[in-house]
Amino acid sequence: MLISRYHTQTAAKSIIWVGAFGTLAMMVWILWEVLREGIPLLRLEFFLDSPRQMGRTGGIFSTIVGTMVLTVVAVLIATPLGVGTAIYLREYTRESKISRMIRFGTDCLAGVPSIIFGLFGFVFFVIFMGLGWSILSGGLTMATMILPTIICTAEEAIKAIPNSYREVSFALGGSRWQTIAKVILPNAIPGIFTGVLLGVGRSVGETAAIILTSGSSFLMPTSLFSPVRTMSIHFYMLAREGISMEMAYATGAALILLILVINSIANWLLHRYVRKLEGKGHA
Amino acid sequence: MTKEKILERIFLLIALSSISILGLIAFFIFVEGVPLIWKTGVRTFLMGERWFPSQGSFGIFPMIMGSFLVTLGALIVGVPLGVGCAVFLCELTPPAFAVAIRPMIQLLAAIPSVIFGFWGLIVLVPMIRVHLGGPGLSVLAGSLVLGIMILPTIISISEDALRALPRTFKEGALSLGATHWQTIWRVLLPAARSGIVSSIILGMGRAIGETMAMIMILGNAVQMPHSLLDSTRTLTTNIGIEMGYATGDHRQALFATGVVLFFIIMGLNSLALVVSRKGRS
Repeated sequence: MLISRYHTQTAAKSIIWVGAFGTLAMMVWILWEVLREGIPLLRLEFFLDSPRQMGRTGGIFSTIVGTMVLTVVAVLIATPLGVGTAIYLREYTRESKISRMIRFGTDCLAGVPSIIFGLFGFVFFVIFMGLGWSILSGGLTMATMILPTIICTAEEAIKAIPNSYREVSFALGGSRWQTIAKVILPNAIPGIFTGVLLGVGRSVGETAAIILTSGSSFLMPTSLFSPVRTMSIHFYMLAREGISMEMAYATGAALILLILVINSIANWLLHRYVRKLEGKGHA
Repeated sequence: MTKEKILERIFLLIALSSISILGLIAFFIFVEGVPLIWKTGVRTFLMGERWFPSQGSFGIFPMIMGSFLVTLGALIVGVPLGVGCAVFLCELTPPAFAVAIRPMIQLLAAIPSVIFGFWGLIVLVPMIRVHLGGPGLSVLAGSLVLGIMILPTIISISEDALRALPRTFKEGALSLGATHWQTIWRVLLPAARSGIVSSIILGMGRAIGETMAMIMILGNAVQMPHSLLDSTRTLTTNIGIEMGYATGDHRQALFATGVVLFFIIMGLNSLALVVSRKGRS
């Protein structure tokens, strides 16, 4: 008997449903496995105490500080570069040879594996510029890594601003720069902020690039030139070297929760922003 | 020069930053790595099977094979699931539901790779060791974890490709009496082919470039893997493991490994670009 095409359809659709829900289930499983063991271990002292005995006991305070400072350095450097690039691509040039070249460069940079950024950061920032294994080296390396993300989101944010905004500004006698500074940027800020948050998420979760550029000392950093250990590196060291599974679970759970918070805020902002612009566009 | 002109120049300079960084990365890694490749000989370096840094023999063929096998495995797991999920989001689920699921897929992209590695280490590795034998730290474990890790890339780009198709394609097929599935399989997927292929190529790039998760679950033995249950080492993990203590020629050999990796990734990126541009024209 021939299998009817309706049976094929039912079979194929069922397989896809199973696959899609399987994928979601896998994700929940991965997060759950760490959170289930880790969350009960998260006490206030864990966050406020620094690692002791190579991380066997104590907490993760110095790694939280390290993560924060390194991320701030990365964002402070990458944001002006990324937003500036997006402004150039959207406001100063239409499709041209230069803009195509810049887009190609950005796409390629986005595809470069993090370990290559690590190698680059090591020869360039740590050795060539003499910054040593430090927060600054790690932050600069991270800045080069999150640049493509920030460029893309900032470009999307600027693209989403209705043309009528620009026309009104020009019609009132505003120059190009005045239009950018007074009309485009203020309206694009929520979108730009989303990109910055995605960059923050990436630097919080990154390991390969930072481990080669920031050293891995878990002492409290005292300046931008101190070596530092971020939360994800600490987690990696604990898990891989089997120093303490309990501490690894706790640090992993803290890391996941932090990423969840950052991502939710980014998502929420993006939705609000899109809705707001769509509303204005129709009016 | 007017203020406006100066500002335009400044923005142009800023806009060139990403491409200059790419240039700097290539330059510094090549300067460190290429001399060693010449010294060892391109053929010996790429095809040599002996990696004994202390004796000065640097052959990365086992690592190339390791990267290749793990990536192939990841594609076998990730491509059907990823394209399936993209079809699911575009065609099979009501838009309201898709809106709820999409942030979860973005979250999958945001989970740090060390978390994936940890999960592989505590869940998959023991499972494989108990049920299938071998050390557990294996090509199979690596492929499965990487397969999940490349899903967000494949899903989001394939979904964009499917969504970009004109509605008339679907309406035409349905009005000719095709079932919904025939429409998806015979019309929509072939029409979105170029986008889907470029999503797969970019996913492949991600798989080849992944480091930390692979260090945690591949076992890292320098050997030609003979079965799915063998431990292996990839190009990236070779750099990640040994960079901490390597000096002199050894360190240069790791940069040389980076040079090979860089070429592979740039090749894949350009290929993805060509494929997606071809689809657009």
